[in-house]
Amino acid sequence: MLEIKNLHARIAEDGTEIIRGLNLTVKAGEVAAIMGPNGSGKSTLSYILSGREDYEVTEGDILYNGESILELDASERAAKGIFLAFQYPVEIPGVATMQFLKVAMNEQRKYRGEDELTTPEFMRRVKEAAAELKIAPEMLRRPLNVGFSGGEKKRAEILQMALLEPKLCVLDETDSGLDIDALKIVADGVNALRSPDRAVVVITHYQRLLNYIVPDTVHVLYKGQVIKSGDKTLAHELEANGYAEIIEAAA
Amino acid sequence: MPAVQETIDQVRQIDVDQYKYGFETTIEMDKAPKGLSEDIIRLISSKKNEPEWMLEWRLQAYSRWQTMEEPSWARVRYPKIDFNDLHYYAAPKSTSGPKSLDEVDPELLRVYEKLGIPLKEQEILAGVEKSRIAVDAVFDSVSVVTTFKEELKKAGVIFMSISEAMREHPDLVRKYLGTVVPQSDNFYATLNSAVFTDGSFVYVPKGVRCPMELSTYFRINEKNTGQFERTLIIADEGAYVSYLEGCTAPQRDENQLHAAVVELIALDDAEIKYSTVQNWYPGDKQGKGGIYNFVTKRGDCRGKNSKISWTQVETGSAITWKYPSCILRGDGSRGEFYSIAVSNGHQQIDSGTKMIHLGKNTSSRIISKGIAAGVSENTYRGQVSAHRKAENARNFTQCDSLLIGDRCGAHTVPYIEAKNSTAQFEHEATTSKISEDQLFYCLQRGIPEEAAIALIVNGFVKEVIQELPMEFAVEAQKLIGISLEGSVG
Repeated sequence: MLEIKNLHARIAEDGTEIIRGLNLTVKAGEVAAIMGPNGSGKSTLSYILSGREDYEVTEGDILYNGESILELDASERAAKGIFLAFQYPVEIPGVATMQFLKVAMNEQRKYRGEDELTTPEFMRRVKEAAAELKIAPEMLRRPLNVGFSGGEKKRAEILQMALLEPKLCVLDETDSGLDIDALKIVADGVNALRSPDRAVVVITHYQRLLNYIVPDTVHVLYKGQVIKSGDKTLAHELEANGYAEIIEAAA
Repeated sequence: MPAVQETIDQVRQIDVDQYKYGFETTIEMDKAPKGLSEDIIRLISSKKNEPEWMLEWRLQAYSRWQTMEEPSWARVRYPKIDFNDLHYYAAPKSTSGPKSLDEVDPELLRVYEKLGIPLKEQEILAGVEKSRIAVDAVFDSVSVVTTFKEELKKAGVIFMSISEAMREHPDLVRKYLGTVVPQSDNFYATLNSAVFTDGSFVYVPKGVRCPMELSTYFRINEKNTGQFERTLIIADEGAYVSYLEGCTAPQRDENQLHAAVVELIALDDAEIKYSTVQNWYPGDKQGKGGIYNFVTKRGDCRGKNSKISWTQVETGSAITWKYPSCILRGDGSRGEFYSIAVSNGHQQIDSGTKMIHLGKNTSSRIISKGIAAGVSENTYRGQVSAHRKAENARNFTQCDSLLIGDRCGAHTVPYIEAKNSTAQFEHEATTSKISEDQLFYCLQRGIPEEAAIALIVNGFVKEVIQELPMEFAVEAQKLIGISLEGSVG
């Protein structure tokens, strides 16, 4: 589903290279965890995948379902099924969460040449998905992310993910700022979306989240490269021994 | 919610630089020669069969105006206007005061149809869903038709063109005209007093709640024509009226002048709600053409516990110079001002309000949302003052500006003056840009850039949109989207 080949990328503004020859393959149905110390390029990778213009790809390619997505802008990538759950979801004042959901869902449908959802159908879907994530209807009437608690913000991200039904989900530090109860709700939400035709990339600092969202593969990112890949036991190893050993071995 | 969708569709359909209402209509016109003189004023007055006192009033204003100078304190720039190069009167030939819709030139009806303004009463009546709005349509210098007159009459509400009112209700007009905006008020108001040609007149009698929304649509069609309309609304004791005003003009290379005066009078316990969606032609991408909108609007809360509320959505005009204000004379009276001012391209807006607290326990509220894009300049200018005797005067002002791009400007100029120590005035102001983060977040959800901006902007102005009557709220959201189109990239 996702194939990143020898990717080099830098910050557009000052030319700082962040990703330096990254290779990664994630198959449909797979949950891949990306771990790494601070500053290894984890969040940058999520932005580059989703098409943020602040970064420039200088070499290599990103294939999604076999096709390069480098020429597509962020909204096109989204409509094609790439979803990024933000580490810090952005506030949109004055725009009710419900309204935002409707606009997003219908814009994506429009891009794919599908009819807009009827209001009853839209309401039905939202209600169902919100109930799963224990999101109160009152929260949906509030402006998106404005005054939301950390847990509410992350649940709102997963709600959007559930409703937009993406094929490639990228979760950027979804566990940050969550207490254990909220973490469970969010993880359940993600697990419910696991399916043979969907891939999930979980970017995280800690093993903790991976107890709830159990990955098929684990990749260690360091200085913009994947320096080691393995199965879920690699995450436990990291938890026990830290990154130093692996970094040293790779050097 | 559907409005946002419509906004987006609308934006898509229209090319950049294309003003939807920019068509021109060929209708036989009766025009006064260019220029301004006593003779022209006499001509206007006689065309309108005015009483003698009216002509004198006009002439008095004219001689006053000749001694005045154009104001220059506003943050707007434009070449000097040659007031002798304008026609001060232009009227469709076939309309010498139609009695009913059947007598209106069908070409004119088509114009209003194109503008999406329902003049045909029967159609409105037939549509069960649609709410009913009485409309007064003003084409260049004259009112061409007023709908639902009969029905309003039953309720005792007078709604007609001001020319008609002068003939049919001279005492009312004479009693109130010029009592809120005096002849000598300012350069443009004085000019208007001399040459105003038409406008709407509303009188809601004691204790009557006007049974429907009243509305006037203004259209400037003729070339080199100034539009000087005059609106006078009186809500007698305990009365309530909601009034809407909309405006459009064809796309022309020359600038056109619009200098209106609106006077509102609310007596004891009366309430007037006045809403404007102003969409005059703003000029092209290079800043050529467009309407100069120099308007004086003022409400007088003359009676105790009266209330006047202004809501405006300003998206059009090359230059806007406009400060709908409230004089809070009656004890316990309240004034409100809700404004959305959108400027794009080369537009210049200097707009705001004045809340003048004279009576005891008066309160006012100002919510202003300015959105600047392109190379436009957007200024909020507001005055809040409390007179010596205005005990317990209260004001809350919130003034937010949103910038799109980095070549536009937003400015806030508040004047606050309290001569009574019990006055409490609060002022909050913010300036923000649509952040890259917000934009990227929307894009990442599959919302394309223009739709994302429309969504964020509609969120920004929501507080004010909520104040508009339902029908206008939808139109206003669409307009804002259209006005900002082409503002990114």
